[in-house]
Amino acid sequence: MPNLHRYIPMTEQDQADMLATIGVSSVEALFRDIPEAIRYRGTLPISGALDEFSLLEHMKALAGRNADTDRYKSFLGAGIYDHHLPVVINHMISRSEFYTAYTPYQPEISQGELQAIFEFQSYICELTGMKVANASMYDGVTALSEAGALAAGATKRKQLIVSRAVHPEAREALRTMARGLNLDIAEVGFANGVTDLAALREAVTADTAAVLVQSPNFFGAVEDLAAIEPIVHGVKGLFVVSANPMALGLLETPGKLGADICVGDAQPLGISQSLGGPTCGFFAVAEPLMRRMPGRIVGQTTDIDGKRGFVLTLQAREQHIRREKATSNICSNQALLALCASIYLSTMGKQGLLDAAHLNLQKAHYAAGELAKRGFALPFGAPFFNEFVVKLPDGVSVHETNLKLLDAGFLGGYDLGIAYPELKGHMLVAVTEKRTRQEIDSFAGKLEEVAV
Amino acid sequence: MTASANAGSTEQALIFELSKPGRVAYSLPPCDVPEVPASELIPAAMLRETPAALPEVYEVDVVRHYTALSRRNFGVDNGFYPLGSCTMKYNPKINEDTARFAGFAKIHPYQPEESIQGALQLLYTLQNDLAALTGMDQVTLQPAAGAHGEWTGLMMIRAYHESRGEHRTKVIVPDSSHGTNPASATVAGFETVTIKSDERGMVDLNALRAAVGSDTAALMLTNPSTLGLFEEQIVEIAAIIHEAGGLLYYDGANSNAIMGIARPGDMGFDVVHLNLHKTMSTPHGGGGPGAGPVGVKRRLIPFLPKPIVARREDGTYFFDYDLPQSIGRVKAYYGNFGILVRAYTYIRTYGPEGLRHVSECAVLNANYMMARLAPHYEIPYPGVCKHEFVMSGRGLKPYGVRTLDVAKRLLDFGYHPPTIYFPLNVEECIMIEPTETESKETLDGFIDTMIRIAEEARTNPELVLNAPYDTVVRRLDETTAARKPVLNCACS
Repeated sequence: MPNLHRYIPMTEQDQADMLATIGVSSVEALFRDIPEAIRYRGTLPISGALDEFSLLEHMKALAGRNADTDRYKSFLGAGIYDHHLPVVINHMISRSEFYTAYTPYQPEISQGELQAIFEFQSYICELTGMKVANASMYDGVTALSEAGALAAGATKRKQLIVSRAVHPEAREALRTMARGLNLDIAEVGFANGVTDLAALREAVTADTAAVLVQSPNFFGAVEDLAAIEPIVHGVKGLFVVSANPMALGLLETPGKLGADICVGDAQPLGISQSLGGPTCGFFAVAEPLMRRMPGRIVGQTTDIDGKRGFVLTLQAREQHIRREKATSNICSNQALLALCASIYLSTMGKQGLLDAAHLNLQKAHYAAGELAKRGFALPFGAPFFNEFVVKLPDGVSVHETNLKLLDAGFLGGYDLGIAYPELKGHMLVAVTEKRTRQEIDSFAGKLEEVAV
Repeated sequence: MTASANAGSTEQALIFELSKPGRVAYSLPPCDVPEVPASELIPAAMLRETPAALPEVYEVDVVRHYTALSRRNFGVDNGFYPLGSCTMKYNPKINEDTARFAGFAKIHPYQPEESIQGALQLLYTLQNDLAALTGMDQVTLQPAAGAHGEWTGLMMIRAYHESRGEHRTKVIVPDSSHGTNPASATVAGFETVTIKSDERGMVDLNALRAAVGSDTAALMLTNPSTLGLFEEQIVEIAAIIHEAGGLLYYDGANSNAIMGIARPGDMGFDVVHLNLHKTMSTPHGGGGPGAGPVGVKRRLIPFLPKPIVARREDGTYFFDYDLPQSIGRVKAYYGNFGILVRAYTYIRTYGPEGLRHVSECAVLNANYMMARLAPHYEIPYPGVCKHEFVMSGRGLKPYGVRTLDVAKRLLDFGYHPPTIYFPLNVEECIMIEPTETESKETLDGFIDTMIRIAEEARTNPELVLNAPYDTVVRRLDETTAARKPVLNCACS
């Protein structure tokens, strides 16, 4: 073992002393239990080692080949948004007591993480209006799949009805999960940018485990949850709502509107875009479903001296106890990103979240108005939050348009034709609090110029 | 005890308890567009009646609160963390820096591929590096964690069998397997068959032969196992499963023992997941995010989740969605990219020889600890171990002291305890994984403390039974927490 490396303290003397204590003559002898036929004797054909300086240069070069939102003005959303990240977040999540710890299995030395999760659960309940939340899921998309699985288990029914206005990738993941659990998926279409309620009424049956909708939905439109709720509960199915947590600063809570499960992605709450991950899914339920929830849950308790403390609780649901009978297979979650979301909400506070949501609403509506003024059609009339659909002139490719916008320093909107053949030539435009009036004007002007 | 997990002896206020109306910690851009009342844009019935009751604090409160919480937490940077099967190695700082480069942290999954060629090159290279490391033919980077990778792999196995017109319903796991293995099998629609280990801690071949049949979809195995033992019969096991038409799934949680030394692909495994937050040094984050890439042999490539990253002849990279037999998508976008950047950075600090050195040192450290602790704690499986080993604390039971008490006493000395009561087939189990990034001095300090605690248990058991003494809270009432759950502060 010749190599010295800055992360490994083993000296030749250490090695000799340790081998002597073990009573073997070489490190090789410690691998005598691996049959020779399956020993790897070559040099792995993988990327080579670089010194620290060269590695930083290499990584900078790779990063430099990506158009980042420090350099480009983004009008791209579709589930991942270019919000302002308050600077305190990065400082706090860089405390290595947080990020170098594992799941808080030893509560006496993990009170910081446990309390942070307890506060995250409190924040999610407050935003969603639900009674109970867990410690996080991989992302909003997998949280929706888990909600479908929970609903099927709780109702002992097989059919999940999902609106086509739900994020296309969430519906794809839901289909994958449904194949595993032998559940049926039925999709309901949209009208005017929101779930088609007449079609939904037709679709629900006595075997409907859940109806799953998103609000604001993939097109940015706010669903009429109050009108959907009686349709779902009329057949005794569960009402699952995927929500944008920033919009919940402004919009009525799914809990108050009758949701049984509310999930979503916390990315808008202070989490980097990072090519779409890692983000943080949240998962909240009405009280009767508490013991069916997937994942970690933190509860408050006291220690033997009567002092308040926090522990992982309701663990009888989980894989390490229940194995094949667990409510889910999830183990690791997205704790550090849940911490991001909590720090974001602590920083924004009551007025800040409201103001952020309000800025998104105002700037998106201004942008929609400017595009309409320039003759672009906005095909959907439903109320929207910070994202809306624009139709480009007939025959104009969204992809080609986006390449031209890129040259002008913009990240243009999502090409809806990818997931919705009937919306070919339609662009989904997102406008956050970061965009100035001047940037919006200039984007609208550029789009008018290049989308021909 | 280190100061960090020890800071302050009073209760820590909740952030909500710090709130005082009128304080703010935020700064937002101005509204420079004409404002319209929200109720003119969205029907009033859809608007929130009362604002969310978030705390009203100023920036110093936020910073002090989370700093205080961090001081009540223990990570690898605070001290030795020999948590078995979790590979709590040092999390290099350069990884944190590179993942935060704007060109990685501030890019969007739906940007034109032309505008993220650097990111795609990184993903493509990482796919290939992980395939080479595991002896597989192709890798998906989409799964977000180990358990997610297991389920993804099992869904591919299911799709493979179905594509051949076979209906195979059972997944076999040894009794020492991680709990996620049977749980993932259930979510993938399989029944789990658990088989016993033999007295050497190996798969019992007779039990395996008896369990295998035309309904066997797969065997899931960790090798080295959670007992820290290399499964010496792996070639025979692979033959038994393959002859029955089943596939072999490799749970890569323990890969830190064998990098560059043995590859799952060469052992006969068809599907492999790696936990990048274990083997590849990406931080555990207090419970995540991780990443659980899955590698497969050629015959399973058609079933990989969409998309994978591919390279054109002209040297440009793209997302390849052309996988008509794909199991579909398992996660949004392309996986936990920020974690993948860290893992790639890590691989490039070591290169192939360096990674083999990592595994050699991890195994040497574990064997050294086992040798020194053997006179003091029962070692149920003597011989050589790999990156971790198990001990039994049952020798202390006559004094009324259990493994849990030993773990709690360790807290007073500033150590994170090993994994306890797992695997389930070892009584009063203590599972120790030192990793390669710990020095002989650190290992000796921990070993001496374990010896001291065993002595305390024999001479003064009360001392151990009432531990810990020096932590911010002492033993917590978990029973009441589960019976009368208080799961949020119910602030409004």
